[in-house]
Amino acid sequence: MTVTETRVITKRIHDRPEDSWTIDGALASGAYEGLRAAFAMGRDAIGEEQVKASGLRGRGGAGFPTATKWSFLPAGSYPRYLVVNADEGEPSTFKDRMLIERDPHQLIEGIAIAAFAIECNLAFVYIRGEFALGYERLEQAVAEAKAKGFLGMNILGSGFDLDIVVHRGAGAYICGEETALLESLEGERGMPRIRPPFPAIEGLYAKPTVVNNVETISTLPHIVRMGGEEYAKLGVDRSTGTRVFSLSGHVKRPGNYEVELGVTFRDLLYSPELGGGITDDRKVKFFIPGGASSQWLTGADEHLDAPLDMDFLEQNLGVMLGSGAVMVFDETVNPALVAWRLAKFFADESCGKCTPCREGTGWVEKVLYRIAHGQGRPQDFDMLLDVCDNISPGVTTAPFAQTTICPLGPSVVSPVASLQKYFRDEVLAMCTGPSTIPVSAS
Amino acid sequence: MNLVSVTIDGREVQVPAGELLIKVAQEHGTYIPRFCWHERMKPVGMCRMCLVEVEGVRGLPPACTTPVTDGMVVRTKTPAVKKVQDGVLELLLVNHPLDCPVCDRGGECPLQDTTLAFGPGESRFVEEKRHWEKPIPVSDLVLLDRERCIQCARCTRFADEIAGDPLISFGERGGQTEIITFPDEPFASYFSGNTVQICPVGALTAKPYRFRARPWDLTGAETSCVTCAVHCRGALESTSNQLVRLLGVDSEPVNQGWLCDKGRYGYEAVNADERVRHPMIRKRGELVECSWPEALDAAADGIQRALDLNGPQSVALLGGANGTNEEAYAWARLAKSVLRTDNVDAQLGDGLPAEVVLGLPRALIADLDRARGIVLLGPDLKEELPVLYLRMRRAAVELGVPLIEIAPRDTGCSRYASARLRPVPGEQAGIARRLAAAVGGAPSGDADIDEAAVLLAGRDGDVVVVLGRGDLAESAATTVAAAAELGALPGAKFLVALRRANVRGALDLGLAPGFLPGRVTLAEGGDHFAQAWGGVPAAPGLGALGILGAASEGRIHALVLAGSDPVGGCPDRSLARNAIAAAGFVIAVDTFVTESNKRADVFLPVTMWGEESGTVTNVEGRVQRVAQKVSPEGIAMPEWRIAAELALRLGVDFGFEAVEEVTDEIARVAPAHAGVDTTLLRRARDGVVLPVAEHPDELHFGRAGVGLAGASWDPILPTPAEVVADAPVEPVEPVERQMPALHVWSREVPDGSASAPARDAYALRLVSGRTLYDGGITVTLSPSMAQLAPRAVLLVNPHDRDRIGVSDGDEVRVTSARTSMNLVLRGDAATSAGCAFLPFNLPGPGASDLIDASAPVTDLRVESIR
Repeated sequence: MTVTETRVITKRIHDRPEDSWTIDGALASGAYEGLRAAFAMGRDAIGEEQVKASGLRGRGGAGFPTATKWSFLPAGSYPRYLVVNADEGEPSTFKDRMLIERDPHQLIEGIAIAAFAIECNLAFVYIRGEFALGYERLEQAVAEAKAKGFLGMNILGSGFDLDIVVHRGAGAYICGEETALLESLEGERGMPRIRPPFPAIEGLYAKPTVVNNVETISTLPHIVRMGGEEYAKLGVDRSTGTRVFSLSGHVKRPGNYEVELGVTFRDLLYSPELGGGITDDRKVKFFIPGGASSQWLTGADEHLDAPLDMDFLEQNLGVMLGSGAVMVFDETVNPALVAWRLAKFFADESCGKCTPCREGTGWVEKVLYRIAHGQGRPQDFDMLLDVCDNISPGVTTAPFAQTTICPLGPSVVSPVASLQKYFRDEVLAMCTGPSTIPVSAS
Repeated sequence: MNLVSVTIDGREVQVPAGELLIKVAQEHGTYIPRFCWHERMKPVGMCRMCLVEVEGVRGLPPACTTPVTDGMVVRTKTPAVKKVQDGVLELLLVNHPLDCPVCDRGGECPLQDTTLAFGPGESRFVEEKRHWEKPIPVSDLVLLDRERCIQCARCTRFADEIAGDPLISFGERGGQTEIITFPDEPFASYFSGNTVQICPVGALTAKPYRFRARPWDLTGAETSCVTCAVHCRGALESTSNQLVRLLGVDSEPVNQGWLCDKGRYGYEAVNADERVRHPMIRKRGELVECSWPEALDAAADGIQRALDLNGPQSVALLGGANGTNEEAYAWARLAKSVLRTDNVDAQLGDGLPAEVVLGLPRALIADLDRARGIVLLGPDLKEELPVLYLRMRRAAVELGVPLIEIAPRDTGCSRYASARLRPVPGEQAGIARRLAAAVGGAPSGDADIDEAAVLLAGRDGDVVVVLGRGDLAESAATTVAAAAELGALPGAKFLVALRRANVRGALDLGLAPGFLPGRVTLAEGGDHFAQAWGGVPAAPGLGALGILGAASEGRIHALVLAGSDPVGGCPDRSLARNAIAAAGFVIAVDTFVTESNKRADVFLPVTMWGEESGTVTNVEGRVQRVAQKVSPEGIAMPEWRIAAELALRLGVDFGFEAVEEVTDEIARVAPAHAGVDTTLLRRARDGVVLPVAEHPDELHFGRAGVGLAGASWDPILPTPAEVVADAPVEPVEPVERQMPALHVWSREVPDGSASAPARDAYALRLVSGRTLYDGGITVTLSPSMAQLAPRAVLLVNPHDRDRIGVSDGDEVRVTSARTSMNLVLRGDAATSAGCAFLPFNLPGPGASDLIDASAPVTDLRVESIR
């Protein structure tokens, strides 16, 4: 069976490749009609009815139900803020970048709908600093939307006011974590906050705050236009709708693909209009199903035939669909080298707040480097597992806990746990160095 | 208090709801290891050392960020907790250099101790450790070793939350996370030494202490710092009879654990080479060393000659504010009962009249926390009484107490003030009157004053007025007049912000004209003391400015300078110089040779802080003990003994053999000090607030709580010398005879005494105040601080600078009624137009050369000399 894309939020991008990001191109393809519909149906009908009925879950990684998140805002407490997390930094994830660069008006429309629904008059977009083009186009789009009356005072005669501030990050992965993002937005060093209080109670400037991902927000205009129940018909079970998957690695057609949730990894990797198969028709050795932080799956049939369904994957395979980035590695790849490179990323990006993450990610990286480069000692891998256990107690018996404030530290554990699960013998075979002589990693 | 029931390791305890788990566990005998948590700062949850199991909570929550709730069941010693403790400690040591043999912290290191108690026996880390250049200075006094740092953020949080100097921060991230200062901006905080004390490793070390001692060679004694009049509690430590360290002790009512750097490192001056170690006597024009009997005989003879030839009014004593209460009392008894002179002053015309200081309704330091509002009409607390500034800052920032500042220019407190009123020098009383009227319901029409009045109406409680000399270039009369007006505020209580060491104790004990020990006037207490002592002066005498004036006219034939340096400390330097030059016989009782005492006829060397025990009284009237930690330099003697020896030579035997006898005599005869004897002082861990009968709630016996024995990085709790149960306070035993009534100030101000002449349009009105680092003994003779005094620069409003026609950094000619001098000028927006600010006490010529103390204000002509 051949699976194709189901284009909901990427439709305009594909229909109007020449001008999808401009106000004219957007208006010619239905932009801001969702906003009109939202005003027409009224504030309460959006969150409580449509978004709830749509079953929309956060597209940033955790998959938390959006309507529920909004419902945590304390009644009667103002001002409230909406913060859009556009700090997409997970290695191999590049869907938000496309949505910002190619369809900023869809994002702005979604922001306006969400802000209207949660009674917020000032929204922030925290955009990854490296997204130069995205920043330029988003700023341009905000200006255009203001000029056309989609932002500003009394939008479309609704009596609702909204302004959007676009803030560029300064290159820290941790600022994609929502509380670190809020710290950074306030001008502080980006480090996660202790919770509680949660952002919905005390977020930006200690005010009630909703933090939503770009893709989540971009979906809202369609939910409002289609109706929540109609949207919920897409997808499978509690994983409703479509998601944009960033497919990379050893596939013939890497790229962003919007598919209905519930299709299988095999569909995604092999369908001619999607991944198109593995490079040089080799076999899949393993793949990372949900971004760099998630545990791996292999080329085994039970893995390839698993559906892209958040609950199914978590319950049956112990992995998360995360940010929707699927990274594929064929049989020529040394998994220890991949694990090391991922660990290096997390060691570089640890904010330094919690001891286990600050010191542990660096240690894990150094040991993996030695192992991947043939300098591992026989005892190194089991020691590594124990060090990981001190960052994430119970790491080899998922689900595991964490000894840190945020999940960045435990992320470094995922590749190590995956090595243990699928490639233990291969790794041990690499650990042939002298058992007692300390080896310098750098 | 709402109590909840919590079970910690199987033991059920009742604890206040909402308290942090780590704290209540410690108070109930379960120590949960930690590095980042500090009781005086907000929890940050960084080090992850305090993870515990809480029933029903997923994972291992940190005890330092978990408030207790009813029914909470906590386990701190399970295998899972132990595994994580091992893990966190192993991780902390991964990049730690383990250079303990050459680390100041070695031997008293929380990282060492916690590893021993809670950590794994060995490390599995075989990779290369992180390397940094080390150490690097982060300020003039503090060095940073980034390799030792465990990134607990105690120092950065202290600087930001407590000191209000957010000048250190984290830089980089992950394993490269380091403490940084901002480019070209050192950690120039007056409180930087606290970061060294609370650092849980040897990452921050203090220049004065680095490599000076091993902790196990140190012995300590609890004492009070007397660098200023706040009297922060501290633990003074020495090795080989040398003072090497002062640590802050966490006295809740006084300093809450903190010290300023000047107080912390001022001990260096005690061992200075310049210290006078032997008595000296002038022979053939030179001061030469002699024996004590020779010096004391000569001093007594000089005094006796003056008494015989010119009577008691020709004898004067300045000083007594640098030592202990016992010394002040002994001087007062000598002067007033033996010499029968009332020409006595512990101040130098730089403070406020004793009748005001002693007669105002008094506020406690802790009253700042719970005040309706704070009115600050006084010096820049950050410069003069730094730890009081911390307390006030906390009240304003953390506790929401409105702060009204009445000062001629911006101070260190201004940024925390809710309202800032900016009188031109000489006009404070008018603003104070209008403020009091506005609070009373009569709007002044001035928006700022009326806004301040609204702020003072927003809360319950008393108004605390912090009162002092905000400007030494104008006469004290203006401040007195303003104080009289502010006394009309609802529930007004005063915290008199005098700076000098034990000035409050000295005034309390009668070292002021018209007063006798125990806050009684000569008129009211004369009979009582005549009976106790055998005699008192016939009539009130002269204050400091009067004494100096009389001396310069040749009417003072014997002058005792008891640690007093009029040339350095009097606002009117030429008056002081003339007075010293013209005084007859001068007896210097001091530790160092100063410009004032260098022409003395007899020099009697005295002990310094740390070399003598006794008691001192701070700005709020709290009597606390100071401890002797080392034996005196040379053959220096305590002042009380010198006073007693002089009295003996003049025919009166005080009968003092030990300092405790002086303390007990004060408790017997001084009305305000009634009952405050050696026994009570040894038992009261937070000292005694005078008069004790009015402040029974301030008496605390027994230990303050569960501290960490020997740990200097966590709050060091005050410990009384004698531990008795913290039982209800026994009533103070009745005094032997009817005591005279304590003095109360009538708030009457002589008409016109505070009126200032109009300023002519070409003049700038001088404002002068002290800086923390100055030209005084403590700073100039402490090698670590000697270079920290700033250069004297005349600050004027940028508009005035432009009007004068000069640029920043230009030299200008400054002329007052007294003299002319060249000064560097700089524009400063914090200085009001029409005013000029010049620090008071920096080395070299300065403000006191320009000031005429007999004039209400000091106007300057400032001219370009380009």
